[in-house]
Amino acid sequence: MTQLPTPGATPAAPPPAEPLPTAAPVRPRWRETLGLLARNPTAAVSAVVLVLIVLVAVFDETLAPDGPNEQDPSLQLQPPSWAHPFGTDEFGRDVFSRVILGAATSLRVGFLSVAFALVVGTLIGLLAGFYGTWVDDVLMRLMDVLFAFPAVLLAIAIVAIRGAGPANAILAIGIVYVPIFARVTRASVLGVREEVYVRASRSVGASDWRLITRHVLPNAAPPIIVQTSVSLAFAVLAEAALSFLGLGPRRPDPSWGLMLADGRGFIEQAWWYAVFPGLAIVVTVLCFNLLGDGLRDVLDPRQRTLMAGSGR
Amino acid sequence: MSVLVFSLIHLVRGDPIRLALGTRFSQETYDALRERSGLDLPLVQQYFTWAGRALTGDLGVSFRSGDTVTSLIGERLPATLTLALAALVVALVIALPLGMLSALHPRSLIDRVATVVSQFGISVPDFWLSIMLILVFAGLLGWLPSGGYVPLTEDPLGWLQRLVLPAVATGVVSGSVITRFVRSSMLEALGQDHVRTAQAKGVPTRQVLTWHVLRNALLPLVTVTGVQLAYLLSGVVVVEIVFSWPGLGQLAYQAVRDRDFPVLQGAVLLFALVFLVINLLVDLLYSRIDPRIARR
Repeated sequence: MTQLPTPGATPAAPPPAEPLPTAAPVRPRWRETLGLLARNPTAAVSAVVLVLIVLVAVFDETLAPDGPNEQDPSLQLQPPSWAHPFGTDEFGRDVFSRVILGAATSLRVGFLSVAFALVVGTLIGLLAGFYGTWVDDVLMRLMDVLFAFPAVLLAIAIVAIRGAGPANAILAIGIVYVPIFARVTRASVLGVREEVYVRASRSVGASDWRLITRHVLPNAAPPIIVQTSVSLAFAVLAEAALSFLGLGPRRPDPSWGLMLADGRGFIEQAWWYAVFPGLAIVVTVLCFNLLGDGLRDVLDPRQRTLMAGSGR
Repeated sequence: MSVLVFSLIHLVRGDPIRLALGTRFSQETYDALRERSGLDLPLVQQYFTWAGRALTGDLGVSFRSGDTVTSLIGERLPATLTLALAALVVALVIALPLGMLSALHPRSLIDRVATVVSQFGISVPDFWLSIMLILVFAGLLGWLPSGGYVPLTEDPLGWLQRLVLPAVATGVVSGSVITRFVRSSMLEALGQDHVRTAQAKGVPTRQVLTWHVLRNALLPLVTVTGVQLAYLLSGVVVVEIVFSWPGLGQLAYQAVRDRDFPVLQGAVLLFALVFLVINLLVDLLYSRIDPRIARR
């Protein structure tokens, strides 16, 4: 409220393009957003758990009691105990350590693929929404084509062509999410483009670059931020699916999806082998989803009912 | 779209036929496959030949078995359709009562349970849920087989027994998405002016719900159910593999493993087409059942 320009206060020297930019794009402020988020217990707990998971992934080698491939043939398929809280696998490796070390793989693929989709998708959506006309037509039809392919299958096909491995998994998941970010950004930009402050800035001769970076993007950002959190959830799921199919990281590198695939073969003798890596996936994905819901409530309440049914 | 599917095979690093055949093959086999798949022609001509053949239902031959891709897909399609439809039934059986009850009693215990269940369902990887279902129902309880497939015509009971677990594993995820949707669209319909008017007039609650609320709330459900069916058809890839269900997903996965690119191309094209057709049908159906849209 205090940010509003006071008309008539500086009649002597009116700076031509400046008063509006300082007034418009400061909303929503980070502190305010974080404060509101902290008041939503589910989102706050999810955020804390996610920070813990990220810390685990960063300090994985310090935190893991054993190395990823430390084998002990005398401890094959041992049930959970104090020494091995998540039991051991068929090579006598500590499942707890491998779940910790797998966090880095899952999160790295998740974050990098969403970062790729975020940058490319937002850029496409921004151009399409801001310029409209044929730019919009060409870019969004391309996105429609990409969107027509089922996500998992498209990712599998991309990895099949480029070869298995984490780098290609990142690319594949990233490409799958580009059209989603493009659509969300475009819709948001279309709403902002005709706002008075954008038109005012344009009328005093602001360049397209300035309009986009100072006015359009900051005000179109909330739905994109929400989409980022929700996409991280599905990127972790997609990474797990690709690893499970043997199209992600290679053995013996620890990866939650790969551990599930291996544990599946021993499900009747050693339930813990498949249960714990799966729980790690569920907790991570659940937290990203809950945080996404919380962010949506805070940043973009109008979208809540619209998007509630389009989770996948 | 067809250009993208076509270019799949050309984005492969190296010679796709050599990759598919491995190290031991005769020059004749190689030449025959290369000619049959049209890879010796100029690129533009290749595309038009491929697209022309695809339009008449000829998607080429498998690099591995030599069977036509169309026949391979035809063999697998019924299994995938069965699984997707069964999963949709499971999803609706979960979502409709849960979503409606939680909308009718917001912030009650059932609403909280529904929210937790649907959040969990959205976050759980379907293949992990599959493994857990196998662990409990096949391993611990021994009630159901852990996988496989028998045709309905041979052994109806065995068919049903093998269908239950994969259908539940895929249906729970879709059901969670639909639950959230049913809840929010019911809440929206409950807040409408005409509902309040009907209640004020003294119309019995049951009639208000069926006539004024459900009719409006369930309309958008057609869209989300259609979209979910499209997702289910293609999203069952991993579940099919876990349960050894001989569907299209398994075929596509096998094609990836064997570097059998014509089969992969065919499967991807079919999935994308199914996705488009379902979306189109949903749009048409929606304007048929909602007169407000048809008039616009």
